[in-house]
Amino acid sequence: MFSEGYIAPHSLSVRDLPWQIHWSLDKCTLCGRCTTVCPVHAIELGVFRKRIVETPMGLARRPANVFKVFYGIRQKTDPAYACIGCGMCNLVCPNGAIMPYRTDEADKLRFHINRGGQPRRRGGRRNVRGGILDRIKFIRISMLTDPALDAGRHEFELRTLLGRVLPPEENLRLLKEEGWIPPVREIYPLIIGGMSFGALSPNMWEGLQMGVAYLNEELGMPVRMCTGEGGCPPRLLRSRFLKYVILQIASGYFGWDEIIHSIPDMKEDPCAVEIKYGQGAKPGDGGLLMWYKVNKLIAAIRGVPPGVSLPSPPTHQTKYSIEEAVAKMIQSMYMAWGFRVPVYPKISGTSTALAVLNNLTRNPYAAALAIDGEDGGTGAAYNVSMDHMGHPIASNIRDCYLNLAKLGKQNEIPLFAGGGIGKNGNLAANAAALIMLGASGVQSGKYIMQAAAGCLGSESDRCNVCNIGVCPKGITSQDPRLYRRLDPEKVAERVVDLFLSFDTELKKIVAPLGRSTSLPIGMSDALGIDDAAAAQRLQIKYVV
Amino acid sequence: MCRLFALTSTEPQSPMRAIEALDVMREGHDGSGVGLFLSDLGGPWEELDGAPILSGIFSNEGLKRLDRFMMDIGFMTKYKLSIKVPKSPPPGVPKRDIYLIRAYELPEEWEDLSRDEIDFRLMKIRLQLRQMGQENEDMIVFSFWPDCIMIKEIGDPLTVAEYLQLDRKELRARIILAQGRQNTNYAINLYACHPFFIQGIATMTNGENTAFVPIRDFLSSRGFAGYMGYQSDSEVFTHIMHYTLNMLGLDVPYYKHIITPLQDHDLEDHPNGDFLRHLKHSCRRLVIDGPNCVIGCLPDKRVFMVQDRKKLRPGVVGGKPGLFALSSEICGLDAIIPDRDKSSDFQPMHLDTVIIGPDRQEVQICSQKDTLPPIH
Repeated sequence: MFSEGYIAPHSLSVRDLPWQIHWSLDKCTLCGRCTTVCPVHAIELGVFRKRIVETPMGLARRPANVFKVFYGIRQKTDPAYACIGCGMCNLVCPNGAIMPYRTDEADKLRFHINRGGQPRRRGGRRNVRGGILDRIKFIRISMLTDPALDAGRHEFELRTLLGRVLPPEENLRLLKEEGWIPPVREIYPLIIGGMSFGALSPNMWEGLQMGVAYLNEELGMPVRMCTGEGGCPPRLLRSRFLKYVILQIASGYFGWDEIIHSIPDMKEDPCAVEIKYGQGAKPGDGGLLMWYKVNKLIAAIRGVPPGVSLPSPPTHQTKYSIEEAVAKMIQSMYMAWGFRVPVYPKISGTSTALAVLNNLTRNPYAAALAIDGEDGGTGAAYNVSMDHMGHPIASNIRDCYLNLAKLGKQNEIPLFAGGGIGKNGNLAANAAALIMLGASGVQSGKYIMQAAAGCLGSESDRCNVCNIGVCPKGITSQDPRLYRRLDPEKVAERVVDLFLSFDTELKKIVAPLGRSTSLPIGMSDALGIDDAAAAQRLQIKYVV
Repeated sequence: MCRLFALTSTEPQSPMRAIEALDVMREGHDGSGVGLFLSDLGGPWEELDGAPILSGIFSNEGLKRLDRFMMDIGFMTKYKLSIKVPKSPPPGVPKRDIYLIRAYELPEEWEDLSRDEIDFRLMKIRLQLRQMGQENEDMIVFSFWPDCIMIKEIGDPLTVAEYLQLDRKELRARIILAQGRQNTNYAINLYACHPFFIQGIATMTNGENTAFVPIRDFLSSRGFAGYMGYQSDSEVFTHIMHYTLNMLGLDVPYYKHIITPLQDHDLEDHPNGDFLRHLKHSCRRLVIDGPNCVIGCLPDKRVFMVQDRKKLRPGVVGGKPGLFALSSEICGLDAIIPDRDKSSDFQPMHLDTVIIGPDRQEVQICSQKDTLPPIH
């Protein structure tokens, strides 16, 4: 642009963008890998003209201009092509000549990513650092009156129950009378949260499934994975590995035609059925698979035409009221598998969670309640939903647990917490804190993607393009050219690594508290926080 | 760590024998308190024919309030043991007005009540007295039950016992539970002193139950009036036993399955595996954790000992037909029954429950891996 030229409202300089590409002329070999790999085409080959004024010594020759051309990288400033900071350019550069840097001030791009009146949509996370979970400490250390246990050598039983647990008297009575006792699964307290086949690439999904199967069959860890709303590959439905899978049904019912039809061929019952009513990242909004990702395979599994966006409605269309419609839905899902499979709802964190919970306590079929807090991730959502809607998980879970304890039903309806667990890397500590606040287990998605597949998302709006199918790591893309970058075997290995290390860390937390015989659900006397208001709110100790 | 000693004998014994055992083991307690539970009583108490006995500590004012209260609800004193103590207590023991052990005649209108109803009402009266006492700080009530006496006080066990002159002939029992306290995480409060009591069940423990808070929350939410007032993390052991026997109708061998259930691979091979899995799932909230040796006495005069899942605490059972003792340390057992066959001493391990019946002829050992007795 010339200094006297025309400026459009959305004319931005590189400085106005959230990420600036630093590129070194000295190191660049002009190999072109960076421009090829960039998922959003933020950089392109730049042909630069350079003028050099040469002033020779003496008077014999006059000063002259020398014009040269050199080649390099040019960063686009069009909002549609703004750099997302993924850093793939740096990953592929043989010489380390290029790197995106985050701007040191608030960017101006945010005011312009609404072209055509379409507000910003993205995948990823809330992009808020910190959070209460990281601030909770475990303060009740067993010292001399009771010895701390040995995390490495003592026997531990870190299992949780998924399913409606009856009061002991009732359970024994029904056992004697041979009545129906709700199915209960004994599972590992860290569940891989619902990420659909479609949101994730086939390689990513396969890797997760292989990892889960290995953990179960070779290591004896009953880890479960939820499908998310996108159905389940037909071969998996008909395999013995189905027992490690929690099938999710959501308001779009995607994939359920295939699931229902394969019931007669199922060798095993699924672990459970999760009815998704809400999601922490975009509460009150339905699932969304944008058209970029709906290829033939996805379309076939979901039972839809390819190439169209798949927005699930915000609520189940058959729902009239929680009292009877939710009960009916839970009951019909039970019926589909002969009352052998636990069925539970998942809601987004909300100040109305207690109302839902109280209703479920009166429903003898409700097997659990999963609550997904505001820090949950998603494959696609409106930015405003992600950034501003939702309820933090800690107080939601705590309120629900205390309410159950008041009713004498704590752990009868197990609570599962999701949303931001391990978002700053502290998976085991966050999980343990939630368990001691009253959760029976936790669900995690983002951490799994980061640890098992190297997702680049961070809490600073990096990458976040899961929605448009251009994931540079091949995690959330449906383009074979991209997802072949991800080796499913390696994903499986990492899943195993992360669960084993989580297990050790969890033991390293509970052993010093003197706990090993059972998961310390609701052991709030072990928790402290350096914030008096938070301590009071969560009914834990205030420590400074 | 606290010291525990229990004995069960066909002949009534003086509580001093148990106190002597505690004294031998004194390195392990700090003299912060002593608790005694006596049952299957001898002497004059044998003729009381099921009259409930109230045990507690009262101020003069509190005693007057007690008398008014008991009179109002129709209880008449049937027999009492007055403990007159010297004017000034020994160092470390607080000054009290009255240590009361008093048996009452049941009110006439209770005659037609069922056993369960009587049991419930007796418990309610104990709780009511406890509450009244806490309001005015003039009474501390330990037990109110037929054939049970409890004495608790702050101080060194032997000093307290001599001060209270416990070696008197009116005070003899066939079952004696004694605990010398090592004060841990709670203030010295007599309600935090072992043994704990509910409806004829008494237990005492050493070590700390790290799963206390969730268990307390579960028990307090059962809607049963007696599950209240937890001053010690060990009180839940007594209440879990009560819950096992009275609410679930399960016998002692099941207790261990509730507090420290078997792991899955063991359940798979267990003859009662299916039942135990249901028990494990539904009673998950009662699973204890931490180093604990639990010794207790049941309403049918059986005494028992169990250990935590890792057997982190010592505990030994030994004796001879007619006299057995359960002790946290072997030296305590040696001091009281030196002439026993030591080779048949038994130290229960992580799966065991030891039970000695009222015939006091043998030590019955149940392992968690054994087939369980049928449920009635």
